[in-house]
Amino acid sequence: MHGASDLGVVAAPAVGLRARGWGWRHSGRRAWALRGVDLDIAPGERVLLLGPSGAGKSTLLAAAAGLLDDGAGESEGVLEVDGLDARAARTAPGAPGTSRTGLLLQDPDAQTVLARCGDDVAFGLENHGLSAELIWPRVDDALRLVGFPYGRAHATSALSGGERQRLALAGVVAMRPGLLMLDEPTAMIDPDGARLLVGSVAGVVGLSPHAGSLRSTVIIVEHRVEQWLGIVDRVVVLEAGGGVIADGPALDVLADRGPELFRLGVWVPPRFRAGAAEAAGAARSQGAAEAGSAATTGAAHATCAPERRAAVSSDDADRSLRPTPPRPVLTARDLAVRRGRLAPVLTGVDLDVVPGEVLFLTGPNGSGKSTLALALAGLTAPAGGDLVATPELAGTAGPHPVRWRARDLVTRIGTVFQEPQHQFVTGSVEAELAVGPRQARVATTDAARRCAEVLGRLRLGALALANPFTLSGGEQRRLSVATALVTRPGVLVLDEPTFGQDAVTWAVLVDLLRELLGAGTAIVCATHDRDLVETFVDEGCGRELRVGDGTVRLVSPGVATVATVVAT
Amino acid sequence: MTVLALGADRDLRPDALVARANPVAKLAVALLVSLTLLLTVDVVTAGVALALEAAVLPWCGLSPTGLLRRGWIVVAGAVPAGFVTAWLGVDSGAVLLTLGPVTVTQGSLLAGCAIALRILSVGLPGVVLLATTDPTDLADALAQVARLPHRFVLAALAAMRLFALMGTEWESLGAARRARGIGDDGAIGRARTLSGQVLALLVLVVRRGTRLAMAMEARGFGAPGVRTWARTSRVRRSDIGVVLGGVVIVTVATAAGMLAGTWHLALT
Repeated sequence: MHGASDLGVVAAPAVGLRARGWGWRHSGRRAWALRGVDLDIAPGERVLLLGPSGAGKSTLLAAAAGLLDDGAGESEGVLEVDGLDARAARTAPGAPGTSRTGLLLQDPDAQTVLARCGDDVAFGLENHGLSAELIWPRVDDALRLVGFPYGRAHATSALSGGERQRLALAGVVAMRPGLLMLDEPTAMIDPDGARLLVGSVAGVVGLSPHAGSLRSTVIIVEHRVEQWLGIVDRVVVLEAGGGVIADGPALDVLADRGPELFRLGVWVPPRFRAGAAEAAGAARSQGAAEAGSAATTGAAHATCAPERRAAVSSDDADRSLRPTPPRPVLTARDLAVRRGRLAPVLTGVDLDVVPGEVLFLTGPNGSGKSTLALALAGLTAPAGGDLVATPELAGTAGPHPVRWRARDLVTRIGTVFQEPQHQFVTGSVEAELAVGPRQARVATTDAARRCAEVLGRLRLGALALANPFTLSGGEQRRLSVATALVTRPGVLVLDEPTFGQDAVTWAVLVDLLRELLGAGTAIVCATHDRDLVETFVDEGCGRELRVGDGTVRLVSPGVATVATVVAT
Repeated sequence: MTVLALGADRDLRPDALVARANPVAKLAVALLVSLTLLLTVDVVTAGVALALEAAVLPWCGLSPTGLLRRGWIVVAGAVPAGFVTAWLGVDSGAVLLTLGPVTVTQGSLLAGCAIALRILSVGLPGVVLLATTDPTDLADALAQVARLPHRFVLAALAAMRLFALMGTEWESLGAARRARGIGDDGAIGRARTLSGQVLALLVLVVRRGTRLAMAMEARGFGAPGVRTWARTSRVRRSDIGVVLGGVVIVTVATAAGMLAGTWHLALT
């Protein structure tokens, strides 16, 4: 059989990239996504490409992969791969079964082509005309190189997002690309999956003890910088609508431009942030400035509830010294939840949702966090047990949230979905915000005032007439939060609110949550984001429930409540 | 859903003669049976065809319960179609039953039975084909054996995978709409919500399809040059046997219909 060294021996030569005054404008847009890009990447270099959201980093990768046709927009200048025009380089013949470029995209779901893992990896090799008897050894090599845990016959439908992403990497690597490009490869997978993917990439480019690897040139676009520092040797920073603004050895560029990049939303490692507090402050004051007088509270909430924090730390043993504890508004007892008509994923869930506190639901992918969040939000019927809303929350609507009419639900429990696009029902930001208040029969003048206030608070004022589907990821996230807040629910349920978000949006969300807690809102948040959990738990207004093995377990105690905290 | 499932299944024996036949051979038999039975509506031809199909079922690798579980929709179509024809079809011969203006005669009852049997005998090979064939194998066979354009075949195959994701997307969209306060304004409001939800689903599927197309292109799909196949799909002698079996079934059924004098060209 083919040995482990096979890939190393016959690997295609690394390929360079050259741009001169290159620019691209998507059809139908007035502004250039990128313009005046001058860039030389030598064969074998490993480059991390940084820049704010919308700086055209993904566009540059797509263009280098030869995927931008004339119909999709207008280009200027020169973009060459391996000395050929990028579009020609994609189709120009090379060594059989190899490609000049390989591109791994963000969305794991949109990259699986075939039903069996082996077939999916073979897909690219077939397209490149490699003869059939050479394909399977190459497939096996690629699967081993990325450390894929399953065999060829494994069903792709049974893979998690992270596994799917590693499979897609194997599919790209199998073609032995001279230029390997990764477009935000970890943005849509959980932290464990991301760690494994980074390990796979390290193995592919020969940085881990795997035998046999590619000597490709590598370009990585990613907001989360830290995880890639062991792999890249150079950092290039792009500016929105402009060209390259910084370029050099990775650590030098970060030391030089760290705080500035952090302000632009790049997740620069903490040691390079220097002005970390400034960044959050900048985002905050920017929000406040845009909101005008409506959002004067922004900067006041450095922590969610300082007085409560003091009380907790002063005397942990004596509960009677604490200020009057808030009563839960939503209680679950022996709750079982499921998706659709499938068997319950969680059973025996006991928890309280308390005003002024974030209840974090954490745990691995597929453990049932989102399913539990949907049930707590009154969107899916429990498979067993009780979910009861107290009269303070329910008002006249009855104790069972799932039986509430939709218009009663929006003023009591607001939900923000992981995928903002699932929630959009109109053609403009303004109309989107007006939906909830109209359904809830809020008086028109009152509704208009609230919409204006929320638009300002979440920095969406300038986008009031834009179509929600055309917004950037961060803007869509802010809009989906805004639509939930505008009906002023007593409970806010968030599913992975910070997933794939840049540092600026993250800071805005954290601030907003603090403000809501201060105003007595109860928050439930399913998340993988350790920073987010620790921020609120440290401030004494977060409680973490670990979801796994079919039930929930309390990790960190939160605010004491009148009812005993029963989750164990 | 069941069509897309891979792996072990109590109802299936993948090593059976028909189950492991080339998908194109199975497709040929299914088409042959459909075309032959489209020519005539009569009890004898359809009945004999169905009886013969049932007789070879043990070689198909699909158990009778498996057949019912996957093919119930065919039965659900055949029975009402037969009843409607028996009640409302052209009357001839002795009157068997009168209910107000509706009469069931010998002629219309026979026509009803013929319709029901025809649907069942056309449906059975189709159900066996879908149950015993992996979609990837079908695509391989269509492109390599039947020589259909590979771009078309592979694009259709990839699209099928997206369809499997639509169920969960639909659920999320429904929950998301309730979370927005939409959906409880009576029947009209609900219908409007539903049409909006269908549109949103289409938008999401098209967007995901566009991204999938990009990922496929990035891996060389649609590039000029010869495409090779990692899984070779070829026609073996047993596949020819399967097709010949199909020919025997339709020939015997048609001959029986002609001998009984019930065979009439339905198109005239």
